[in-house]
Amino acid sequence: MNRLEQIQRSLTKKTVPPFEIGDTVRVHAKVVEGEKERVQVFEGVVIGRKGARNSETFTVRKISFGVGVERIFPVHSPIISRIDVVRQGKVRRAKLYYLREKKGKMARVGDREFTQESKAPAAGPKGQVGGQADTEVTPEEAVPAG
Amino acid sequence: MTNGLIGKKLGMTQVYDAEGRLIPVTVIEAGPCRVAQVKTRDRHGYEAVQLTFEEVPERKLTRAELGHLKTVQVAPSRQLKEFKKVGDAQVGQVIRTDLFQKGERVDVEGISKGKGFQGVMKRHHYRGGPETHGSMFHRAPGSIGSSSFPSRVWKNKTLPGQMGNVRVTVQGLRVVEARPDENLLFVSGAVPGATGGVVVVRRSKKGSKG
Repeated sequence: MNRLEQIQRSLTKKTVPPFEIGDTVRVHAKVVEGEKERVQVFEGVVIGRKGARNSETFTVRKISFGVGVERIFPVHSPIISRIDVVRQGKVRRAKLYYLREKKGKMARVGDREFTQESKAPAAGPKGQVGGQADTEVTPEEAVPAG
Repeated sequence: MTNGLIGKKLGMTQVYDAEGRLIPVTVIEAGPCRVAQVKTRDRHGYEAVQLTFEEVPERKLTRAELGHLKTVQVAPSRQLKEFKKVGDAQVGQVIRTDLFQKGERVDVEGISKGKGFQGVMKRHHYRGGPETHGSMFHRAPGSIGSSSFPSRVWKNKTLPGQMGNVRVTVQGLRVVEARPDENLLFVSGAVPGATGGVVVVRRSKKGSKG
């Protein structure tokens, strides 16, 4: 299995921005619409990371027009151009599935202070993204949950 | 050169293609295979190239095997298989995964995982009977034919028996990537056999189209 693990490591991205469960992130994903390719931003709370090496994925949850939407991104996918950490969350669990049953104030994740142990290089502030990006979600990829 | 080479299945993983789509692949450590013998029409009656794969210590082989390999100056090796001769081939020549180009179709042959003696439900997808409601007919094959005619069971009647552990070929798998320096071959989809099993990768019989 060791040899396969080495190969799987060779298939990962060189640098993956450090983000943790509970963090609020902005994921910049490339979307192909007919001929054109544009970047779509999906902002929400990371409620879990799954898998290892080149097949690792993470789930981002946000509330869109009152409906909970979750999207699963592969960490090493070439369609993800950037991941910005907007806010670091303080959580005590590896999977935040309990957020699905909570509403309003209860569905929040508390802030974690930026300390030296938080490896994230100071979260990218909002408005850093180009104008063509919007946070609209197309129906196929929107998975209503909660 | 030959139309294929011998390799070892390392396991499955996934890669992204140019459009960012995820493709399931099997990683095969194929080659380097040395040519141990070139069979000719004059001497052997047909043309073929015999390849070796995986070096083993000399003590692992019988004297007959060692003698065969020593006459042709090839390192001791347990895997010996014949392939079609394509173009020129010399004894001692090394075949690597650069034999295949990206996008080419290949057939992969291996020994499937043994499942032991299995009943008809698992082996031939019979439906079986109800589990409950007083049923006394669960996983049995049921009737295996008619009575006075033919007074025997038809040939090829599917019945319980050994499942798996047979030679299986999967045709038309796409080569997703070849890394000749690392002796690696990435082939789309699944390949017969367990991780670590010996597989034979050949240029596809049905061609590389589609």
